[in-house]
Amino acid sequence: MSTGPDEPTVQQPGTGASEPPPERTADRLARWQRAGGLVAPIMTAVLAFLAGGIVVLATGHNPIEVYKGIWNGTGLEWFYRLGSHEVGLPWSDAKVWFPWDTASLAAENLQQTLLLTATLILTGLAVAFAFRCGLFNIGGQGQYFAGAYVAIWIGSSFAGMNSFLHIVFAIVAAALAGAAFAGIAGILKATVGAHEVITTIMLNFVAIYVGLYLFGQGGPLQNELQEFSPTSNEVLEEARLPVFWGDPFLQGLHVGLFLSLAALVAFWVIINRTTLGYEVRAVGFNPEAARYGGISVARNYFLAMAIAGVFAGFAGAIDMLGWRFSIGFSDIQSSTIGFVGIAVALLGRNTAIGVGLSALVFGALVNGTATRNIPPEAFDIPEQAGNLSLTIQALVLLFIGADILILYLWAKTGQRIGVGRRSPA
Amino acid sequence: MSVAPHALERSGIDRADLARYLGWTGVGLGALAFFLVLPPVTARSPIVPVVVGGLGIAAGALAAQQGAGRRLATGAIAAAILGIALGWLCTRSDVASLDQVFVWSALIAATLRAATPLTFAALGGIVSERSGVVNIGLEGMLLMGAFFGFLGADKLGSWWWGIVCGVLAGAALALVHAFISIHLRADQIVSGFAANFLALGITGYFFIEVYSDQGTPGDVSNIPSISIPWIRDLGFIGPAIGDMHLLIWVALVFVVLSQLVLFRTPIGLRLRAVGEHPKAADTVGISVYAVRYGAVVLSGALAGLGGVYLSNGITHSFNENLSAGRGFIALAAVIFGRWRPYGAFVACLLFGFTEALALRLPGAYGEDAAWTTLFRALPYVVTLIVVAGVVGRSIPPAAVGRPYVKQ
Repeated sequence: MSTGPDEPTVQQPGTGASEPPPERTADRLARWQRAGGLVAPIMTAVLAFLAGGIVVLATGHNPIEVYKGIWNGTGLEWFYRLGSHEVGLPWSDAKVWFPWDTASLAAENLQQTLLLTATLILTGLAVAFAFRCGLFNIGGQGQYFAGAYVAIWIGSSFAGMNSFLHIVFAIVAAALAGAAFAGIAGILKATVGAHEVITTIMLNFVAIYVGLYLFGQGGPLQNELQEFSPTSNEVLEEARLPVFWGDPFLQGLHVGLFLSLAALVAFWVIINRTTLGYEVRAVGFNPEAARYGGISVARNYFLAMAIAGVFAGFAGAIDMLGWRFSIGFSDIQSSTIGFVGIAVALLGRNTAIGVGLSALVFGALVNGTATRNIPPEAFDIPEQAGNLSLTIQALVLLFIGADILILYLWAKTGQRIGVGRRSPA
Repeated sequence: MSVAPHALERSGIDRADLARYLGWTGVGLGALAFFLVLPPVTARSPIVPVVVGGLGIAAGALAAQQGAGRRLATGAIAAAILGIALGWLCTRSDVASLDQVFVWSALIAATLRAATPLTFAALGGIVSERSGVVNIGLEGMLLMGAFFGFLGADKLGSWWWGIVCGVLAGAALALVHAFISIHLRADQIVSGFAANFLALGITGYFFIEVYSDQGTPGDVSNIPSISIPWIRDLGFIGPAIGDMHLLIWVALVFVVLSQLVLFRTPIGLRLRAVGEHPKAADTVGISVYAVRYGAVVLSGALAGLGGVYLSNGITHSFNENLSAGRGFIALAAVIFGRWRPYGAFVACLLFGFTEALALRLPGAYGEDAAWTTLFRALPYVVTLIVVAGVVGRSIPPAAVGRPYVKQ
């Protein structure tokens, strides 16, 4: 609010404005990136874990026990278990010295965590990319399914194809399927303005029931050998992604991890170094201004959703070709990997590095709370840990929304962070 | 308006009106294509739905040519195609099964049952959005109501306590959403989505904690039915509405009541003012924060009530993620109804009908037909079509989604 003199002030270029403009969301975001870029997400996660501990405490369990169990399940302790070991170089017989034991239980847990991280990076990018265009893509789950179905179908047929070509074919087709599926929501948003939150949610359910039909009993893609099992055919040996760490038949770590790291780089390049990324960000920042600037908002809405779908479909492909190899009724009904991607993107502030790091956090959380990792003394019913994991994810989301609260707690700088105040003149 | 003399203008019909009539005729023809193959008409030739639906598509295309809104025209075409598809499918089933599935009075009763949780949630959505707060968390509030309503009825021994617990649980979750989105000015969609996640975690956690792996007991006190003797004995309506659950009646009353309160009372005026122009409302002495808090908590309570009916009235049990997207369908109903209770109720009836149909249709083709699984996606597909097509340009309250900063 201007409290200055009443005479109109003519601003000369170069002389500098006498008073700062009122703070806008953009300014707040900018300060965010400078001040709380790293600290605030960490605070968010820590707060969420603390609050999750209170939930555990409230139901009469020992939160420290529970979190210890979860930590051990993540396999992250592997990194500080140093020693003198040998490791075989991949795809050869040579052995070299290595500071870590690659065959321990912690190593196996870490492989699981990284398997999830690889997928979560991609489902997180699917949400983050749409977010940069101002779209909230809740449909990552459905797009992941679209990719997974196609990957399963191609991976389990076309026997006798060259292995490399087969894998590339399956992945590309799966990514395109994800793009097409997400593109439905994109087109609807671009042409008739249908809200993407509702359309993507509805598409999620459509994807689920299509899957239950395809792989259900009597469905067209149901397992040919086991007539009464509602599951798909197995992906053929030659269509599986190579495993570079661990047992290929016991969910070892496959090269999909590198593919998703490459996707992170691609995301960064597209967003920050291309015209497309510039337009997408412009539309996300202010669609009206972008329109005046000559950018086609509708085109970018569609492209942003389609590219988001590429990431999610890619996630489905590496999951199916990397370690799941088949998909069944219960997998379809219980999968939440697309939804966790939302938390990944939001905690990672929709940036490439952020998504990578928070995918690791959530990969560890989801793996650590998997039933088999929970010690019996922590929970009498191990399934509880999965629900605790959901609760913690929800709390992370809530606290992320409340960025002001976090900033306020982090540093009471006293500089107008308080609620309901604007910058004084 | 064009100055050139045109046959239409001479006849006194506005071109835009004509386009609109054509569009809605297309929608109607789509519905008719489906209706004609059902009992009591039961046309057996697949040509009937194809011809009638084809006329619907033509009407939709003509409407587009006459300059109807793109939504209406595409909606008419989509409805006609859906009508053809469903109609054609029905001609492939045998008459006996069709008669069994389409017992209209039973179908109406099932429609009302399925529409009731949606109606409560949609009313909640209207109240919240009219005050300027988007409530994506309806889904979670529905789920909270469903679980805690069941738990209350089970542990405290009466369906009445179930309603109390369910409503309080829905309101409590809404309070969290309200605090984060009103006071801390967070993105309302993110906060609402987090509320859904939270409800999923909390209800799942307590569900396992309390009921473990045995599932919910079957002898819980349920929502009673209101039996009205002189209606029940009527021929056709009797089985449909003569013996309805208490909460269905409550929902009907709430629809009328909320329409009246929203558009005919000072409270409603204030609520709408806060949602349309909070600054103006603030200037005349209405507390924006108080109204928004009240509206969001009320919306949570309403969604909670819908949840209670879902678990205690329809399924008589609870399962993890029982709500299965109904909160989002309710949100679509809010948009379809243009933020008005009557309109939203009509949408809920439509969605309720497709849900009832989706449950009964597979029966017409025998148990072993795998593709009948696809019928279960029908409510979601119809919602998608409605949101994308038929709605027309619906205009939300001006300040919806924007946090208010008090000066």
